[in-house]
Amino acid sequence: MSVKQIIDECERLFNDLDFSYVKEWKKRTGKKAVGFMPVYVPREVIHAAGMLPVGIMGGGADLEIIKGDAYFQSYICHIPRSTIELGVSGKLNVLDGMLFPAICDVIRNLSGMWQMLFKDKYVKYLDLPQNFDKTIGGEFYKFEMRTLAEDLAHLGGEPVTADHLNRSIQLYNDNRRAIADLYKLRAEQPHLVMTSEAYLLLRAGIVMDVEEHTQLVRRYLHDVTKEKRHKMDNIRVVVSGAFCEQPPLALIKGLEQSGCYIVEDDWVLGARYIEGDVQLAADPYESLAQAYLFHAVANASKYEDQHEKGAFLVDQVRRLKAEGVIFCAPSFCDPALLERPMLADALTREKIPYTSFNYSENTGQFSVFKEQTGTFADSIKLWGHS
Amino acid sequence: MSEVNDKSVEKEESMLLQKQMIADHFKALSKAKENNKKVVYTFVPGNLNELIWALDMLPVHPEINALQSAMRKKSGGYILEAEKAGHSEDVCTYVKCDIGMMRRGNVGPTGDPLPEPDLLLLSYTGCFTFMKWFELLKEEYNCPVVMLHVPYQAEGKVTPQMRDYVVKQLKEVVIPKMEEISGNKLDLDRLGTFLESSGRAENDLVAVWESAKNKPSPIDAYFGGVYYIGPIFSAFRGLPEAEIYYQTLRREVEERVRLGLGPVTPDGVMKQEKYRLVVEGPPNWTSFREFWKMFYDEGAVVVGSTYTKVGGYYSEGFRHSGKYPLESLAEYCLGCYTNHNLSDRVGILEKYIKDYDADGFVINSIKSCNSFSAGQLMMLRELENRTGRAGGFIESDLVDPRYFSAANIKNRLESYFQMVEAKRGGRRAPESTL
Ligand code: SF4
Ligand code: SF4
Repeated sequence: MSVKQIIDECERLFNDLDFSYVKEWKKRTGKKAVGFMPVYVPREVIHAAGMLPVGIMGGGADLEIIKGDAYFQSYICHIPRSTIELGVSGKLNVLDGMLFPAICDVIRNLSGMWQMLFKDKYVKYLDLPQNFDKTIGGEFYKFEMRTLAEDLAHLGGEPVTADHLNRSIQLYNDNRRAIADLYKLRAEQPHLVMTSEAYLLLRAGIVMDVEEHTQLVRRYLHDVTKEKRHKMDNIRVVVSGAFCEQPPLALIKGLEQSGCYIVEDDWVLGARYIEGDVQLAADPYESLAQAYLFHAVANASKYEDQHEKGAFLVDQVRRLKAEGVIFCAPSFCDPALLERPMLADALTREKIPYTSFNYSENTGQFSVFKEQTGTFADSIKLWGHS
Repeated sequence: MSEVNDKSVEKEESMLLQKQMIADHFKALSKAKENNKKVVYTFVPGNLNELIWALDMLPVHPEINALQSAMRKKSGGYILEAEKAGHSEDVCTYVKCDIGMMRRGNVGPTGDPLPEPDLLLLSYTGCFTFMKWFELLKEEYNCPVVMLHVPYQAEGKVTPQMRDYVVKQLKEVVIPKMEEISGNKLDLDRLGTFLESSGRAENDLVAVWESAKNKPSPIDAYFGGVYYIGPIFSAFRGLPEAEIYYQTLRREVEERVRLGLGPVTPDGVMKQEKYRLVVEGPPNWTSFREFWKMFYDEGAVVVGSTYTKVGGYYSEGFRHSGKYPLESLAEYCLGCYTNHNLSDRVGILEKYIKDYDADGFVINSIKSCNSFSAGQLMMLRELENRTGRAGGFIESDLVDPRYFSAANIKNRLESYFQMVEAKRGGRRAPESTL
């Protein structure tokens, strides 16, 4: 499989709103599949129950919204309406359940809508703790995960034993490492690992079986180094704010074409939510809880009780020798847009240039964004700041 | 056509009491620093007022400042101030109003400057934006924050684990932090006394809400209701002043029932109750009177509302209690209206419509507020299906005057009242005229 074939396959999965991969997987294995919304759920628990976790990131750029708009006012972001569209048009019938992690009030309320709309499906709002003490938030989260495991067993999954869960953790650790290597290579040689490719690889990972995906990423990493790709005079940037509703693929490509090497980003963040390995242990729930409490990336949906706001972003910029930040968030996204001024202040204090814009997953016009980021890139190239 | 009589409005005793309480509180706040009182900023939903008083601290509720700014027509300028400072047009305007007000000197509704917080008590109940709001204030004031994470009632119930999680945070995180900042040690018996007082005031408040079952209703449970919740949703729950206020209010309302009077509006007593409605969602504050007038001019009385339950949901029997202080605080936080899942919210509205014999319901969808608004279009359909009553849908904002279109709302309401008439189809005549 060439790099092109790998990426074509990922793009096919990305565009396939009928979820044929999931259908085939279910047919092949005779097992069930459970969907989840952004940002983060402990996929290990779903996997350990013998089920396929499937990330639902909205309907993307091309889904025609026929019914979804009737469910949401114009001032609510786009992802819930396209997700409802997928649901009511039957495209998500392949899923036996759906998880809604605590990220914002829109996803939270969407969980209630799902309960009312799809009464025969398993629906769980996964309440992630905002208290980061092991014995308080940690215990609460362990209970949430155990409840999820019991529910999944009840739904026809396998009982989640410690052995099963440790094995799943191991497989997801392998996957996390492969993705970390992908990001490392992109940061080191951004001309080699195009962001649009890295993005499609990540998107494939939220649909595919985890072992298969790890192999795919590894194969890509192996093959891409053999590609001849030219270095461009691009600036190095970090993209921040796109952790939930996703920017259109064409927009991501447009950012690259406008003269930016993206060396860090927060889209498909669930796949990289935990930094490093989750420990294998006698009580793997404890390990997952600790990973969430102490090794999760900073992001707008998680309360920051230890560090200064923006320290994480500044650190990314410094560590990866980025020259600027692009704040790129969905319109009407309270978490990202309320977070932005705090992050911007942190950047200003450190004299790191940034530029900002808002998008919607079905935004069709990219020329304005491209022009904006192009000017941003030019000004950094010329004067070292925007 | 006005459905109210034209005699001038006399201020009732309860209104005067409330006014005095608010004035005294803001006076105390303005002298907080010289009296060495520590100030806690905290949110209305899930507020821990009794705890704050038991530790001799003083509470400030930023949402109340925001709504007061809107009623004094200042919020528009404050919001622009925040937007100039880099805040998005798309986000909750309560936050921007508060930040703008702070940047313009933090002058409270009585004209006295508000003291800076010594502690931000982040009661994270029913609204995600609260977290961002206090993270922002933390940057502005550079003061400590203590988080109380209240889990969501996604399955329509409070499990023992949810309650324990909140209690544990209270015991091990919130109370120690408040003790440290205040320099006082918590006396559980004293806390219990405040909580018992809250429970008594809550009993009287519930009696006031239930008076709307009468025909005509002696109260407007939304436009009038927002005044009734003033003391209990803000600084006074747990204090003797609040008890006296609610006893007085209850007496006044009972007297209105005895005399068969309708609610008091800014233009006098409503003389004819033509429509009985239930309202979901917060009101618009920038044009509050104009908004209310659109209802009472048509003879529409709100007999039940959900907004008046955001700072405490007492309809199912919950009362604060000194017998189990921390558990009681936890249950209170867990029970606030927007901490209920959507299906339960529909259930609450359905029950109000039935119990209060409403002709229909109106949803005022607030641009700012994802917590309330996301899903309301589905609630509208579900509720119409469940009750067969007419549902109306209007849109506005809490404190951003740019999003209050009077003509538009009036049009929609007029069509809505026609729909109610049509649904009634002679089913029943107006139940009472005065
Ligand atoms: S895009 Fe933002 S507001 Fe919308 S669902 Fe996602 S996190 Fe919530
Ligand atoms: S989103 Fe709604 S509940 Fe939350 S702070 Fe804003 S107005 Fe209040």
